[in-house]
Amino acid sequence: MTDTRMPLRGRAWRAALPLLIVGAFTLSACQSTTTGPSTSSNPSSPSNPSSPGNGAKTSLLGAGATFPDPVYQEWIGAFVGANPNVSITYEPIGSGGGVEQFIGQSTDFGGSDAFMTDEEVAAAKKARDCDVLHIPTVFGAVAIAYNLPAVDGLVLDSATIAGIFMGKITKWNDDAIAAQNPAATLPGTDIIVAHRSDGSGTTSIFTTYLDHESSDWHDAVGKGKEVEWPTGVGGQGNDGVAAAVAQNEGGIGYVELSYAIENGLAVASVNNADGTSVEPTLASTAAAADGIQIPDDLRFNILDVGGQGYPIAGATWVLAYTCGYEQPKADALKAFLHWSLENGDSIAQELHYAPIGDALQKQALANVDRINADG
Amino acid sequence: MTAIRGDTAFRWIATASGLAVLAMLALMIGSTTLDALPVFASQGVWQFLTGTTWDPGISRTEITGTYQAGVFLYGTLLTSAIAVVLAVPVSVGIALFLSEVAGPRVRGPLIALIDLLAAIPSVIYGLWGLHFFAPTVLKPIAQALSGALGAVPTFAGPVIAFNVFYAGIVLAIMIVPIISAIAREVFVAVPDAQRDAAYAVGATRWEVMRSVVLPRSRPGIIGATMLGFGRALGETIAVALLIGGGTVIGASIFKPGETVAAKIVNTFQESAPEAVRALIALGVTLFAITIAINIAARVIVRRMGDLSGEAVA
Amino acid sequence: MTAAASLRVRSSRARGRARLNRLMTGLLVIAALLAIMPLVLIIGVTVIRGLPAMNLAFLTETFNFSRREVGGGYLHGLVGSLYMGGLAALIAIPLGITTAVFLTEFPRSPSTGPVRFFSDVMTGVPSVFVGLFVYTLLVRHIGFGTFVGGLSLAIIMLPIVVRSSEEILRLVPGDLRRASYALGARHWQTVLWVVIPAAAPGLVTGSMLAVARALGETAPLVLTALAAQTVVLDFQGEGQSALPLLIFREARGAFSAGQQRAWAGALELMLLVLVLSIVARFIGRRIRG
Repeated sequence: MTDTRMPLRGRAWRAALPLLIVGAFTLSACQSTTTGPSTSSNPSSPSNPSSPGNGAKTSLLGAGATFPDPVYQEWIGAFVGANPNVSITYEPIGSGGGVEQFIGQSTDFGGSDAFMTDEEVAAAKKARDCDVLHIPTVFGAVAIAYNLPAVDGLVLDSATIAGIFMGKITKWNDDAIAAQNPAATLPGTDIIVAHRSDGSGTTSIFTTYLDHESSDWHDAVGKGKEVEWPTGVGGQGNDGVAAAVAQNEGGIGYVELSYAIENGLAVASVNNADGTSVEPTLASTAAAADGIQIPDDLRFNILDVGGQGYPIAGATWVLAYTCGYEQPKADALKAFLHWSLENGDSIAQELHYAPIGDALQKQALANVDRINADG
Repeated sequence: MTAIRGDTAFRWIATASGLAVLAMLALMIGSTTLDALPVFASQGVWQFLTGTTWDPGISRTEITGTYQAGVFLYGTLLTSAIAVVLAVPVSVGIALFLSEVAGPRVRGPLIALIDLLAAIPSVIYGLWGLHFFAPTVLKPIAQALSGALGAVPTFAGPVIAFNVFYAGIVLAIMIVPIISAIAREVFVAVPDAQRDAAYAVGATRWEVMRSVVLPRSRPGIIGATMLGFGRALGETIAVALLIGGGTVIGASIFKPGETVAAKIVNTFQESAPEAVRALIALGVTLFAITIAINIAARVIVRRMGDLSGEAVA
Repeated sequence: MTAAASLRVRSSRARGRARLNRLMTGLLVIAALLAIMPLVLIIGVTVIRGLPAMNLAFLTETFNFSRREVGGGYLHGLVGSLYMGGLAALIAIPLGITTAVFLTEFPRSPSTGPVRFFSDVMTGVPSVFVGLFVYTLLVRHIGFGTFVGGLSLAIIMLPIVVRSSEEILRLVPGDLRRASYALGARHWQTVLWVVIPAAAPGLVTGSMLAVARALGETAPLVLTALAAQTVVLDFQGEGQSALPLLIFREARGAFSAGQQRAWAGALELMLLVLVLSIVARFIGRRIRG
């Protein structure tokens, strides 16, 4: 129903295409690449897609979060390698844009680092006249990177982290830090706080954690993709924060775990709800969701992490509808998500994303099966 | 008869396209201002311009966040001021060299080269600045400066990897072609008779420049400076790649900052609809400032007589 | 004071003046060199860092699925840039030249002054604002895409085309017009068959420079074309890519393979823009000179 609206509009615009000289001369050159990403060699796919068959090719378009983009692209590469009659494009335009495009019916699926708000879900339901599905795909952790050459294995609890990022703890040898690191010789130098200046899911996970843990933080800063930082230097992207930390002794900042591992940054262990200090790793990130109560709609934050779990973690989601897909599209999307959730763990781990674990995977797959269930 | 009707049609078509340019500008102002109105209304224009809190909300329909542009306006003015302070002496020097010193053999190629500097896309300046110029050339300079003058808040260390200083320097390089081209036209416009008169009483070349060429050209140089300043204010991508992104007003130029234009491209993709409106309000503010400076500059330059537009474009 | 002493004073003052003259002239030469140095550094570094990743595959392939590995190319960006640049040229050049014709042919019209002044002013509009404008006017209603991206580039080109064309049209000798009128041609016929052909090379130069400028724009495309992973031929409704967009994104990415691609993309874009600019100026010079 509403699903046909966008394509129709697209077609009307496309009718004007022949007018365009520029388009015309590129047409002949690129016809074979119009429907999907390059078919050039891709080591991680099981078999390289040969030239696609002449039969009807199903194409899916998704857009959204940039955080899981590397893993989504490699999943897509591997999946379409084995299923050459499907082409999938995922545009990493950011979670905000991803949700808007998804609500606006211009994509087949969305990607977001934050689950949709009630307002967004209501808008999407209204636009499509059926339910929205949240399908968690991987976990990401937020690591606290620091630059103190003499200190190995820094340990911090949530109150200390909040104090540092609020500018209340300004020296490395502050009692709050020393109490948790009795063995370390902490210098009396200034702490240089670095944070993201762009809107990001990483900031959202980090501030949601602090907002939940610290009432001071809740009152003074709050949570979100962008917040009003009381102190520190801003950096654009993980790169910006990592550079600000790496190039300044005494620096501290938060980055995606995958980025920290990839670039070999020193990261702090964080005390979880059981008081265990846990180093951020793929295993401890995966363990974070173990004891978490997950609601039926799979919209959840990972908070109050205990056991061996690393406490600053969050999921990223694929968004889909329960209705309105042409059947081949629904089948292709379901097949892709099944494949990714069931077989995508090793690719995810290579890229330093944590798999979501068996229990949640079962729930996620149940949601995958509801895609287009309402016709 | 058809030929006469042709004239009428010709007049109409030509006038219509001329008016289309005006209509476009009006539409630009109208469409963006209208879109940003809820933000100005909810924040208050004065608060929006002078406040320093930017705390976006996530609503699709209402304005729930706090949007104040002070930090970004400060960053914009600071980077542009650095750029102008560095670029104007160099540009005036180049223009004097071209109009008063260089022979035709040097002049032609040098003008062409400076034009090429203007032709290089902003994103290439950004990439080059980010991965080459800042880390290898500017970083030692910044560290030396902050080492020697660190007691002055403006130069206080430590030097962060992305900062206002780097953005300002690259902006300076980018506006040199604009300022020098206009300045050269202004210098060339000084009548030769006046130069000859000065030479005749025994003035040296420098004295001719100082006492004849420069004084006569002062309004033109001011206009050129303002146009360069206006360009620096609106420059986006190179700054976005270099400035890092700060959320507080800091005195040190070796700390990250944020400009209005960089804020827009840096946060657009992750913004909820209400925050997009706030970014548009930022854009309207930037537009108003650059247009005011542009109009003033052009009025000043125009008083100098009709200069060719190529340099200004 | 004796005559000899006075002479000595004067000559020492003259020496001082000469020295100052040399010093200042030297400073001016340094200023000129200061401007050339970044140009050499930019072109040099872009070539040196861009060449290793520049190959046939880079020019003819789109992204690989794996971003962390070396390989894949910016074909989608090149196609997007040419598509939107072409579209922008189709919109801006005719409109710009007719506007310039209006300015030169109807100097007494009451709107000539404002049109000229505000097309000048439009050259100073920040390009990111043009993106925001197209976003509020069109993207909100018909989505991101090639057309809206091309339109934003057209708006950036327009005042440049107007200004350069007006200047060229003014240079057409009056004798040509008078000859045309003497043969009984009407105003429109004179403009269409005499003035514009006579100015054609200059109009081409100005238009090519405007296209070169548009091809290098990034900020307005962030807000209108958005992005694409693959070659997109849709006229409107699906995101479109462009070389500057890809460079911008991969320049700040985490993968060194991506940064290498960004340098190769910068080399490709720089060649495109500089070749256009140089050829344009060459055409202009040949005609005028």
